[in-house]
Amino acid sequence: MKAAVIALPRSPARLWPYVGGAVGLVVLAAIPEFLGLYQTQLLTYGLIMAIAALGFNLLLGYTGLLSFGHSAYFGLGAYTVAFLLQWLGIHSMELYILLGLPVAAIVSALFGFICVRHTRIFFGILTLALSQVLYSLALKFFWVTGGTDGLRVPRPTLLLGIIDFAGSGGFPRFIRSYYYYVLGVFVLSAAIMWVIVHSPFGKALQAIRDNETRARFLGLRVRRFRWAAFLLSGTFTALAGILWVPLNGLTTPDVLYWPFSGEIVFMTLLGGFRNFFGPIVGGIVFTFLKTYAVASTEYWQLLLGTVLVVLILLLPTGVVGALSQLAKRLRTTREGAR
Amino acid sequence: MSLLRTVELRKRFGALNACDGVNFAVEKGEFLSLVGSNGAGKTTLVNLITAHLEPDSGRILFEDRDITSMTVAARIKAGIARSFQLVNLFDGLSVFDNVALSIFAREGKTAKITTLAANDGDVDREARDVLAEFGIAAKSELPAGELAQGERKLLDVAVAYALRPKLLFLDEPTSGVSSAEKAQIMDTVSSVVRSGAVTAVVIEHDMDVVFRYSDRIVMMHEGAFLADGPPDAIRANETVASILLGTPSPA
Repeated sequence: MKAAVIALPRSPARLWPYVGGAVGLVVLAAIPEFLGLYQTQLLTYGLIMAIAALGFNLLLGYTGLLSFGHSAYFGLGAYTVAFLLQWLGIHSMELYILLGLPVAAIVSALFGFICVRHTRIFFGILTLALSQVLYSLALKFFWVTGGTDGLRVPRPTLLLGIIDFAGSGGFPRFIRSYYYYVLGVFVLSAAIMWVIVHSPFGKALQAIRDNETRARFLGLRVRRFRWAAFLLSGTFTALAGILWVPLNGLTTPDVLYWPFSGEIVFMTLLGGFRNFFGPIVGGIVFTFLKTYAVASTEYWQLLLGTVLVVLILLLPTGVVGALSQLAKRLRTTREGAR
Repeated sequence: MSLLRTVELRKRFGALNACDGVNFAVEKGEFLSLVGSNGAGKTTLVNLITAHLEPDSGRILFEDRDITSMTVAARIKAGIARSFQLVNLFDGLSVFDNVALSIFAREGKTAKITTLAANDGDVDREARDVLAEFGIAAKSELPAGELAQGERKLLDVAVAYALRPKLLFLDEPTSGVSSAEKAQIMDTVSSVVRSGAVTAVVIEHDMDVVFRYSDRIVMMHEGAFLADGPPDAIRANETVASILLGTPSPA
């Protein structure tokens, strides 16, 4: 396989995603110095959700398919880790990822094969239905899955056992180390996703999103592309689930339940699904928003619902979309004034 | 040997005979116009040949090979491309990407997932050349959805042309644009098609355009061929005139 080479684009307008990405990375790398343990932990959750939303957005933003069942892949990742621990006694994070991803890919391929036979609402309903099959399995087969109690996953070792968290002071060390671990996986995933959506394959997905008929008349096998996108999307979201479970310490059927799929949709819309960075910002902002909403009011769902309504009415392109429009407008005004 | 032949091609939509045993032949290198009133079956014929529709009966031969049961993708690979009556573009992609994607598709490169599209120098060069040929190079970076109607029409043809087909069907390349723009579009299209030695079949309503650019004109009426010949012969044909203009020929 030929390695991806990122040559910097010639036109300065195309440079800003790279500059923005680099600035964002520096901020993310430095910020734990200024944050408490709890905030660092929250930000770790945020980065994990960002990976899930990036995966989800390959389908929504780039292929034009709205999945209402992405909890399935997130939960699949989480439960696979729990089973690897329970059945094989595996404690290594690297093994969780290496063994979890193929499992996720196989199930995504299977579910995707069924779902991409349809588009629009029918596609959405199929994804929802399949995710709820997994949810009921996790709920009913309690002798395997622990039912509503779920399965516990204690802190794993990182970097092939070089870092472990046994003994006293393990928790704060874990939170600090795990943040950078997740940041590393996040940067790698985001870079891979960036290459995917800017590859000829990614352009073909966007073409199919914009105009299926014309795409067919370029000789593209539309369903096959949608299937491949589904597989990648599910696998990315499963990666998020794999990273999530050791941090949470426990996986319950909640991560397979449909409201969580809704949250993935919500965070992507919040950040903006028309922009590569939208789901990243959305995942992080949503995590903090939800945490503070839950902490500050009993009616947090009402609060989040209001945010969603306001968002769709006022910022239909999400936070990142609105910011980039603002930047564009400022640029043209400045050029006009000159 | 004709480039394309249809043998007794039939397609019915309920009571409507859209294609009534058509025997159609296209010769290599010609610029052929398909004319006739609305509902004459022109688009149906093109849809059948490009696998957008399945025929009820009959056969389609391309370079003497039976392609009747071939998929859209297989026919494109064989060398048949088309544009659409209502502009069909990838509006969210840039003008450049619209054409580049055609080239990626033709070269079988759309499965490439580990390299950036912008880093493919060959495709980049070719796409820029095609856009220059069609006179829309200055708009390369704009989203296709932001182009004016005339430019959209040109891009629509450019996307099909970039597949480097042997046979190119253009379904009303000048519909919905001003008459001033029509000539410009047809000049561009015909010069590009002729310089690239592409055989073209154009569905067109504007008879001035048809007479000016075609080598041969085929007239359809109620799913069948009514007349077939060079522009002069068609111009002199009284049946054609009476159907197209609703009046007897002035000659």
